[in-house]
Amino acid sequence: MIGVISLPYPFEREFMQYALWVGLVVGACAPLIGIFLVQKRQALMGDGLGHIAFAGIAAGLLLEVWPVWTALVAAVAGALAIEWLRNRGRATGDLALALFFYGGIALGVVLISRSSTGGLNVLPYLFGSILTVGPDDVRLVIILGLVIIFSLAIIGRALFASLLDEESARVAGLPVVLANTMLSVLAAITVVAAMRIVGILLIAALMVLPVATGRLVARSFRGTIIISVIVGVVSVIVGLAAARQWALAPGGAIVLTTAAIFSLAIVFGGERSRARLTNRLPTTNH
Amino acid sequence: MTPHPSPSILSAAAASFSYGSETVVDRVSFAVGAGEFVALVGPNGSGKSTLLRLLLGLLRPESGSTTCFGVDPRQLTERARVGYVPQRSILGLELPATVSEVVATGRLARSGWWRRLKAPDHRAIEHAIESVGLAEQSKRPVRELSGGQQQRVLIARAMAGDPELLILDEPVAGVDAESQRQFRDTLVHAVNAHRATVFLVSHELGAVANDLDRVIVMKRKIVFDGTPAELVASGVDLGVPADALPRWLEGLT
Repeated sequence: MIGVISLPYPFEREFMQYALWVGLVVGACAPLIGIFLVQKRQALMGDGLGHIAFAGIAAGLLLEVWPVWTALVAAVAGALAIEWLRNRGRATGDLALALFFYGGIALGVVLISRSSTGGLNVLPYLFGSILTVGPDDVRLVIILGLVIIFSLAIIGRALFASLLDEESARVAGLPVVLANTMLSVLAAITVVAAMRIVGILLIAALMVLPVATGRLVARSFRGTIIISVIVGVVSVIVGLAAARQWALAPGGAIVLTTAAIFSLAIVFGGERSRARLTNRLPTTNH
Repeated sequence: MTPHPSPSILSAAAASFSYGSETVVDRVSFAVGAGEFVALVGPNGSGKSTLLRLLLGLLRPESGSTTCFGVDPRQLTERARVGYVPQRSILGLELPATVSEVVATGRLARSGWWRRLKAPDHRAIEHAIESVGLAEQSKRPVRELSGGQQQRVLIARAMAGDPELLILDEPVAGVDAESQRQFRDTLVHAVNAHRATVFLVSHELGAVANDLDRVIVMKRKIVFDGTPAELVASGVDLGVPADALPRWLEGLT
């Protein structure tokens, strides 16, 4: 059982601690996955997978199964299908995504219209909610977080090599297809882990904005990872505290915090950072 | 250097490849032996890059075959035996990554991609960075280096896996003189100290022209295969416009 520990306001209550544990896992994992997605120019993958998870939630509500399970199944299946389409060369990255993006949300809407409770039960999943996070969520999210971190520890090096230069990675015999597929599946898992507190509509922001800050400030890949994760975790803590204090939607509060940190990095990061943002960094070309 | 060492490290046997109806590699045959330093030259559109991709197993020949270490390159299991230096432009440089982080990826085929790098791996990475003269830059982001330095990073990455065969695609295109000199020293070091075979695809061979064992001139077919001196002596018609001739040939005449 997950007990209540002694923490100061605003995290002294049990429901806030559940949200905090989920948030810390998500705040760390979403940027970790996001670093790779952003570099692959698939920053919107999180959005697409969120839409597919939405169909899963609707199916869960209709079938009276815990929607987190059905969302997980739908998102992982969707991720595998997107990678399969890409590898077959049948659709470019964008178009493969669009099929699932819109197909997912449409299926979700259709399923919800069949559900007896209407759309009300869906709202906490769309926008995130602190009050609905329970010990079951905490346990599942911690397990999902461990899966993400353990998988990245194995596949991360090959993934980094293929991000730098996919052709050389193939020549070196690195498992490029496996690494890409794992990344999509891990992104799907992250989306499901994050949706309880951030909400499906804002998940992609937590994958992208901390990474944008990391890329702006860091001078190494390791540094990018560290800064992105710190920004993600700090955003979750500040966002949850603000949500409690002023009764805000937690997803919005968390993402606004991340956006504020990114804006500060642009303003105070100096000319060098601003140049990097617009790719104007001068390189001496002899 | 033995003239026909066996078995061949890299070979093509009547290999052909077309894009649509346009045949860009036309029944190409040659073999590169262990320890040879070979350059493949030819004008733009001569099929050099396609041939390179056939040899690396990134493309499959429509007819004929290619081998790498005696097997179909797509079946080669010991990938660390091949070090590949692509054109600099393909590197995803907007990612913040230091010289040593990029070079370390070249060690994965040797160390096992699923494992953490161990002390001997880190030594090999450091050695590769030193051998291209970038030891002082090893903690700097690659995107802040000059074009020539970035090219040396890619060479160091290929060397980090201790390859027996080094394949380079246009490695000195648009590179400064200091980097060209470093580049030559690195390749000669690879050939002499590591007994590596080097297969180089390039327009500009000025820096290494005197070190080559062999030159293969390609214009969709192989039009010449011999030593640089023989190429000059033969007065071979390269079948290319005068202004598309490799610049380094001028120095040999």
